[in-house]
Amino acid sequence: MYLRPSLAVLAVAAIALTLAAPARAALNVFACEPEWGALATELGGDDVSVFVATTARQDPHQVQARPALIAHLRGADIAVCTGAELEIGWMPVLLRQSSNAKVQPGGSGYFEATQQVRLLEVPTRLDRAEGDIHPGGNPHVQTDPRYMRVIAAALAQRLAQLDAAHAAAYAQRAKAFDDKLGQAIPRWQAMAAPLKGVNIVIYHKAWIYLTSWLGMNEVATIEPKPGVPPGGAYLAQLLDDIPKRQARMVIYAAYQDARAPDFISEKAHIPAVMLPFTVGGTDAAVDLFGLYDDTIKRLLAALGGNGGRS
Amino acid sequence: MERSAITAAACALPLLLGAMAAPAVADELSDMRQDIEQMRRQYDSELQRLRKTYETKLQQMERRLKAAEDKADVAQKAAERTPQQPAIAAAPPALAAAPGPSIAAPQAAASPPIAAGAGGAPASAGAFNPAIGAVLQGQFTSQSRNPDTYRLPGFALGDSAGPLPRGFSLNESELNLQANADQAIFGNLTLAFHPENTVSVEEGFIQSTSLPYGLTLRGGRFFSGIGYLNEQHAHTWDFADQALPYQAFLNTQYDDDGVQVRWLAPTERFLEFGGEASRGDSFPAGGTSNHNNGVGAWSAFVHTGNDIGESASYRVGVSYLHTSAKDRSTIDVDGTGARVTDIFSGTDNTYIADGVFKWAPNGNFVDRYLKLQGEFFLRREQGAFNGANFSGATQTGFYTQGVYQFMPQWRVGLRYDQVQANSRGPSFAGTTLDNLGATPRRYSAMIDYSTSEFGRVRLQYENDHSRPQTANEFILQYIVSLGAHGAHQY
Repeated sequence: MYLRPSLAVLAVAAIALTLAAPARAALNVFACEPEWGALATELGGDDVSVFVATTARQDPHQVQARPALIAHLRGADIAVCTGAELEIGWMPVLLRQSSNAKVQPGGSGYFEATQQVRLLEVPTRLDRAEGDIHPGGNPHVQTDPRYMRVIAAALAQRLAQLDAAHAAAYAQRAKAFDDKLGQAIPRWQAMAAPLKGVNIVIYHKAWIYLTSWLGMNEVATIEPKPGVPPGGAYLAQLLDDIPKRQARMVIYAAYQDARAPDFISEKAHIPAVMLPFTVGGTDAAVDLFGLYDDTIKRLLAALGGNGGRS
Repeated sequence: MERSAITAAACALPLLLGAMAAPAVADELSDMRQDIEQMRRQYDSELQRLRKTYETKLQQMERRLKAAEDKADVAQKAAERTPQQPAIAAAPPALAAAPGPSIAAPQAAASPPIAAGAGGAPASAGAFNPAIGAVLQGQFTSQSRNPDTYRLPGFALGDSAGPLPRGFSLNESELNLQANADQAIFGNLTLAFHPENTVSVEEGFIQSTSLPYGLTLRGGRFFSGIGYLNEQHAHTWDFADQALPYQAFLNTQYDDDGVQVRWLAPTERFLEFGGEASRGDSFPAGGTSNHNNGVGAWSAFVHTGNDIGESASYRVGVSYLHTSAKDRSTIDVDGTGARVTDIFSGTDNTYIADGVFKWAPNGNFVDRYLKLQGEFFLRREQGAFNGANFSGATQTGFYTQGVYQFMPQWRVGLRYDQVQANSRGPSFAGTTLDNLGATPRRYSAMIDYSTSEFGRVRLQYENDHSRPQTANEFILQYIVSLGAHGAHQY
């Protein structure tokens, strides 16, 4: 029974911590990925307190259901996630352990971005032999700002619904964000005009929304199948194919290991381009505008570059 | 019989003769042509009918698709709206309130086709089937000593403790079903299929999903929340077998029928308290059921944890398990090497301190990561062992292990585990509880390769000093998951 005192100490500590918890902002937002944290900040401003569960340097497919995430989800008023099974390896555990009825799927405190838009690359064959595929379609919608606009509108509405007292403020910020994005999109498209029709090699099938937006063609992937690391034989075959498929560059996300793209870049004499993929992926991608801006700048730099790394 | 044969022959003869005559052949041909013509007409009309049916259906489908696409286009266009087109003409509150001309309303609310569920799966009885997952496990072991004569000096063991069988064997295969039963209850059933062709309910519980104040209630059969490894299913272990203290103190895992309440404190740091009351039919409890008004065991635990910067995180905890046994029988190998049945009545108080630490560069677990964990056990036992009373017997144990993923798909791990029972004096000499003056311990090393998140092959070596004579053991193991994508606990 000698543990009794330590249990008592912990209980007292818990109560003390509870009482010491700071006054909360109107809405506590638990964002699964940085892009949704950034979006919630754009739309919520001072009316939200945003916690982001992952960083741009972490593969959102493989995240540990860490104690800190359970604790933050417990206090959340809304969870904003990608959905389409991107978080299936960790979010169900967090939701079950968070003991928070507000954020359970189906309720107004659970928001999935992919539910708001039409997904591309919906698999026609559901078999794990095809790799780590998502039955609902490709979940990486944040790489196209036009999708972001649709999602922003839906999220703003949801935030206003949860926090009716500040509804006008959410609507105002949503309009400002939409206006700003609406002005930026044609500018980005004009900037990205030289990228149209450019063939690229991608690391993971995470770029269909970006490439569809900018009119680029994905002609090969470094992963033989989604989520499966490449082997030597596969890379050799890929190197053979690159000239045939006239790929101009190889792109990968900030969280991915640079070794395979660098290897391809060196052997095939095409640039390897690290893209932010989400907010915080590069120094310039400080917010959603920086994300799209820097993505296009890096692609253009690779296109005009001398074959070295951008 | 004969007559019909003759008739047939009589009919066949003129036919045969007729066929030889040229004009008759021409007649025959025109007949055939007519037949074929008729058949073709029949088929044509049938085809026509079929085509019509399908065309109607296709047209219906096309119309539906078109309608859906049109709606989607509207939404898409709205999304691509240029700044010249006033995107948000509505007054700001429109976003929150009625679906006015705000951007939110037409896209997200009014036009379902751009939502992922557009078109919708047809409603069917199967749509509400729970998530089904199966785990297949098997291994080959090579052991220098017979696992049947295994004993851990100083400890009476439950039936699941001890080495794996020699040679090829299936390990437990699991079938898991889980789903929300309704808005308030989540249900989980895990059936374990044993190599001896028996099936047992490993876990079968219901759990609340919507209680306030961070409370969660669970009832049924479940792995107790004590310690760290106790709750983890075997297929998520980092080694092919369970650590020694878990084998010695909890018969690998404490799994019992009962109720559990957990409270998650509303703090930024993870802080969880839990308590359980259970039937008390699992080792070290056991024996005659229906004793102590049906509550033969209870436990309490506290877990806390947090991130350490972006790259690391940890969880630590302390747990307490109180069990009582009445005429609990275990089959053991005693101090003289003889197989005996031991009877124990008494109480056990088991204390566990556990800790786990994980690190990955930038917190990205894909390429490389390190996982360190350890647990310390202390048990105080009193009662009667085969009729001989004792009190204040102390047993301790711990394990410590580290697993490192040095490149995608490849991991290596090292583990040290030991247990120790204090001496119970000469009256227990030669019995199962005779510790033989030894400190049972093992050194284990493993390397595993994962084909994906769903498949793993592992090779493990053990230098086993837990039995009176040292043993060496190689285990080659596979673990494969089918079906629903299980999410793993921390």
